[in-house]
Amino acid sequence: MKKIILSTAALAFSANLAMAQDVVRLGTEGAYPPWNFLNDAGQVDGFERELGDELCVRAQLTCEWVTNDWDSIIPNLVSGNYDAIIAGMSITDERDQVIDFTQNYTPPDPSAYLAMSEDVDLTGGVIAAQSGTIQAAYIAEQGATLVEFATPEETIAAVRNGEADAVLADKSFLTPIAEEDAELMIVGPDVPLGGGVGMGIRESDAELRDTFDAAIQSMKDDGSLNELITKWDVSSTF
Amino acid sequence: MSCWQTIQDYGLRSLGIGERLLPREDFTLCEQVTLIGSGLLWNIYFGTLALLAGFFLATALAIGKGARNRAIRVASTWFIFIFRGSPLFIQFFFAYFAFLSLKSVSPIFDPFTSAWAGALIVLFFNTAAYSGEIFYGALRSIPKGDVDAADAYGFSGWARFRRIIWPTMLRLAWPAYTNEAIFLFHATTLVFFSGFPAWQQRGDALYYANYFADKTFNPFVPYPILAGYFILLTLVILGLFGLINSRLNRHLPKEARRRLKLRVNIIR
Amino acid sequence: MFSYCTDPQTLSGLTWLSCYLTTGKHMQFYISFGVVLLLLAITAPTALLFGFGGAAAARSRIWPVSWLGKGYIAIVRGVPDIAFFMFFVIALDQGFEWMRHQLLCPDWDQPIRQGSDFVVCTQAKLPLGNAPQWIHEIYGFSLAVLTFAIVFGAFAANVLYGAMRAVPQAQLETAAAYGMTRRQIFWRILVPQMWVYALPGLGNLWMVLIKATPLLFLLGIEDIVYWARELGGTANPRFTDYPHGDWRVWYFLALLVFYLGFTRISEVFLERLMQKLTHGQATTGGDAQRKAAA
Repeated sequence: MKKIILSTAALAFSANLAMAQDVVRLGTEGAYPPWNFLNDAGQVDGFERELGDELCVRAQLTCEWVTNDWDSIIPNLVSGNYDAIIAGMSITDERDQVIDFTQNYTPPDPSAYLAMSEDVDLTGGVIAAQSGTIQAAYIAEQGATLVEFATPEETIAAVRNGEADAVLADKSFLTPIAEEDAELMIVGPDVPLGGGVGMGIRESDAELRDTFDAAIQSMKDDGSLNELITKWDVSSTF
Repeated sequence: MSCWQTIQDYGLRSLGIGERLLPREDFTLCEQVTLIGSGLLWNIYFGTLALLAGFFLATALAIGKGARNRAIRVASTWFIFIFRGSPLFIQFFFAYFAFLSLKSVSPIFDPFTSAWAGALIVLFFNTAAYSGEIFYGALRSIPKGDVDAADAYGFSGWARFRRIIWPTMLRLAWPAYTNEAIFLFHATTLVFFSGFPAWQQRGDALYYANYFADKTFNPFVPYPILAGYFILLTLVILGLFGLINSRLNRHLPKEARRRLKLRVNIIR
Repeated sequence: MFSYCTDPQTLSGLTWLSCYLTTGKHMQFYISFGVVLLLLAITAPTALLFGFGGAAAARSRIWPVSWLGKGYIAIVRGVPDIAFFMFFVIALDQGFEWMRHQLLCPDWDQPIRQGSDFVVCTQAKLPLGNAPQWIHEIYGFSLAVLTFAIVFGAFAANVLYGAMRAVPQAQLETAAAYGMTRRQIFWRILVPQMWVYALPGLGNLWMVLIKATPLLFLLGIEDIVYWARELGGTANPRFTDYPHGDWRVWYFLALLVFYLGFTRISEVFLERLMQKLTHGQATTGGDAQRKAAA
């Protein structure tokens, strides 16, 4: 059964290819390791770089990487400046109203708190988050004192210099930092937020979404997606 | 929810009064207009206080830059050069960093890592430097005849400065200074955007415009609202400065007043 | 870059630094200085052109033109540049694509706005979907230049408008007495004369323009502040061969020096230019030059 689905999917790919040999432009932020970041050579690197390249090979598409500021990453997609967002973007209802998502390529990744000591007050203290993230919205709702910074880097710095008691962010982003810096540690329980990470595609671009959907499915099926997830340690596996 | 209710809930949200949670879905135009307007309170706060305080420092800097004492001259010149020569963006970064370090030295510096005090200081220095340069230029172009006449009438020292030089300086500098005021109010939008963190979602007009653009994914509604607010604000500033200008020039005949306006067309 | 850089963990001191400062990422940082300078070099004359157009329009005797000019100056000057930058690039891009769409695909039957999507036919896309990356980059760069020019053109228009009115009325009347037409007076008397009155304002505008460049990243240009942030942030050994702590202060210090130096050079240059322009003018500066020569 699986085989049949795969071959029809492959058929769909080739049909696509014949129709448009266009370059598919992938938009990312380039500032969120291990998901996506710029390596020493200044190239986009990370989990999503490898994933995106592999997806494009499987879908037989020519892909190009574009970095874009997080704040305007969705407006630029719907305006057609690139064709897909692959930037650690959690699938949320809010976003889903404006753009379409492929199926998730990581299971819901819990968020976690990073702090300087074990006994911080997570419900009434000062919690830092990057503005415009689901974590910021969550803290505002919970009633802790939210303090927002423009970049992830500044949120961590705020905890280091005592401006904030803790920072709430994706656990996969915080873990390497906690490992590297003896003063910082993950505290409290994990917070499940969002519905996993998927690629954002324009709503009018159903064809491209189906293409990537099928490619992600094929990577899920043969286990290569799990390998990638483990390699970059971005979340739990499927 | 009626619009009046929204205004009650969010009209003073930027100060932390009213509904704690920001609107999360079904964003109405009314909510956007109300919250962005609420944030404008911060822009007015920063702009007004920095301008008022900056005015006096600017006068001091202008005199300092022309002073005979070398130490005072060099200090004023460098102050003006550093604050005029670097982007506000970078000044905010360094100020925030410096205040953080000073905080560990003494608790006196605690408030300065918050925008209301820290950013105000930066904007104060910044506008003082720009206005100082404008005033300095005006001081140099005071007609020699005015000063000679003052001497002839027996004015000297403080009285000469207060009654003759200072008013003439203001008169000459006023058009450029008006521009500087407008720019300062525009610059206040950078406070939460790049420099200082926003606490409890209390931010300025740009912060809320950014919030809505981020939630609705449509930049074409909130930013034009923001622009509209600022055009109104600019008109108010122009009106107020125009009033002061006509007071400064009230001794001149009507024709001369109009001509004076265009003399020094320096903008920042 | 250097041959000994293959294993940076074994290096220390200056050798480490020499490798660190020559990574590909740093090269992009250095290139971005050039990009910013190039952008300034292109934007300044473009903005001046917009300014000239705006000022000339504002002076026009035909009222719709004059209102257009005055409206442009008033609106753009009244709004913080950052607010424009937040949506202007997308608006311009969509505007261009819409116009091309109307021209190139007259029999397109689908709506352009589909929900929140902006969809034009493939031929109308700018740049075309299959264009290489460098064309995309040049297009993005041009949009940024255009946005900057529109915003700063309004300020330039204000300065030039003032300068045109500062040219002594007697000179224009003399020209009229000699039988020159309105057009001749404008081009032969007014325009050559106005620069000396405009220069202080334009010089200041240039300084503002320099200092607005940190906002370029809002326009999708990876400028020096973007790279300073990116490079200065804490570098985790998992993702780089050159781990370090939060070094943003040092990078921003370098930027500070750059901006101060650039400002100083501009100041000196503008002063020289002013000396040249005041030569023979009916201003106090020109008077002083005459007296000094005599």
